[in-house]
Amino acid sequence: MPRLNDKQVETLIGQVLRYGVLLSSFVTAIGLVLYLARHATAIPNYHIFHSVNASLRSMHQLVPEAFHGNAMAIIQLGVLLLIATPVARVAFLVGSFALEHDRLYVVVSGLVLVILLGSIFFAT
Amino acid sequence: MFTLGGSLLAGLLGSLTGLGGGVVLVPMLVLLFGVDIHYAIGASLISVIATSSGSAAAYVREGYSNIRIGMFLEVATTLGAVGGAWLATRTPTRGIAIVFGLVLLYSVYLSFQRHDDEVVAHNPWCDRLKMNSTFPGPDGNLQQYSVKHISGGFGTMVGAGALSGLLGIGSGAVKVLAMDHIMRIPFKVSTTTSNFMIGVTAAASAGIYLRRGYIDPSLAAPVMIGVLVGSLIGARLLVKSNVKSLRLVFSVVIFFLAIEMIYNGWVGKV
Repeated sequence: MPRLNDKQVETLIGQVLRYGVLLSSFVTAIGLVLYLARHATAIPNYHIFHSVNASLRSMHQLVPEAFHGNAMAIIQLGVLLLIATPVARVAFLVGSFALEHDRLYVVVSGLVLVILLGSIFFAT
Repeated sequence: MFTLGGSLLAGLLGSLTGLGGGVVLVPMLVLLFGVDIHYAIGASLISVIATSSGSAAAYVREGYSNIRIGMFLEVATTLGAVGGAWLATRTPTRGIAIVFGLVLLYSVYLSFQRHDDEVVAHNPWCDRLKMNSTFPGPDGNLQQYSVKHISGGFGTMVGAGALSGLLGIGSGAVKVLAMDHIMRIPFKVSTTTSNFMIGVTAAASAGIYLRRGYIDPSLAAPVMIGVLVGSLIGARLLVKSNVKSLRLVFSVVIFFLAIEMIYNGWVGKV
């Protein structure tokens, strides 16, 4: 495999980010249209804070809900895809530093990846 | 629908002033629409990831960003972001509003600062961390640069991350402060590198907000799409026209938003 230079790596990453954002906004837009079609007249109340429905917070329940056409779940899936986009970028960089045999930065970017994954999956 | 329109405007304002969408979005949702600040922050974090990642491709074309400096400092910002998100549950709404207002004021002030690039020639730690690079100087030739005060920059970045997690903003202003003023990274390099870092930092706290149920889909969706479209329009406008006077007007608007946030926080109206 040919060695990538920094510039090529960055260009690739730029593409990863752009398509990630496009995909997630597309999914979110579908969810939003569905939501507006069903709740066009309802005025939601955000003034009082109440935590979002638990089924929308865990991934195991989210995906099947989204495929059943639950508008909220589709939006939440779009949001998850969006959060995954920068995470994918960091994972990508870990790989590219490894290809460059840059051990120091494999560790640095690996650490960032661990913090990110930890905050998404384990933090409460 | 109102939220969609408002978010579009927020994205536009944010990109024209260079402060980012969240800075306008959160006060707008809280003050105008009466949204609970926790929801507003959750939705704002999402929009921050969208705009930062969406504009990354454009920044790459300019080719000044330094991935090693960015990655190194992301260790600091993500740790800070996790801490900030933790703090957000323990800080009363009023406190968050006041801190938000103060950060807003400071960001406006920073956006009017002049930048003098003093290129740092050499730093042994910087060599060890492989942060040296080049950037196109004013004469068009590639200029070598190095950075200084790495630990000071790192510490400030922990703070930037914490603010981002607590307030749901990109805190690009604080990031540029750390890189430009403390580490003496050339201005073009620090702004583009900061854009890369903002998305990663926001993702660290957005995950926590999502699990806590602070991200409400019916609010997050119009906000995300509105801010994204608004900031894209803003970016086009920036290229086309000289927006100096427009920028001044918006900065005044943001100044008053900041005062309003502090006042409302103080009297407990949020």
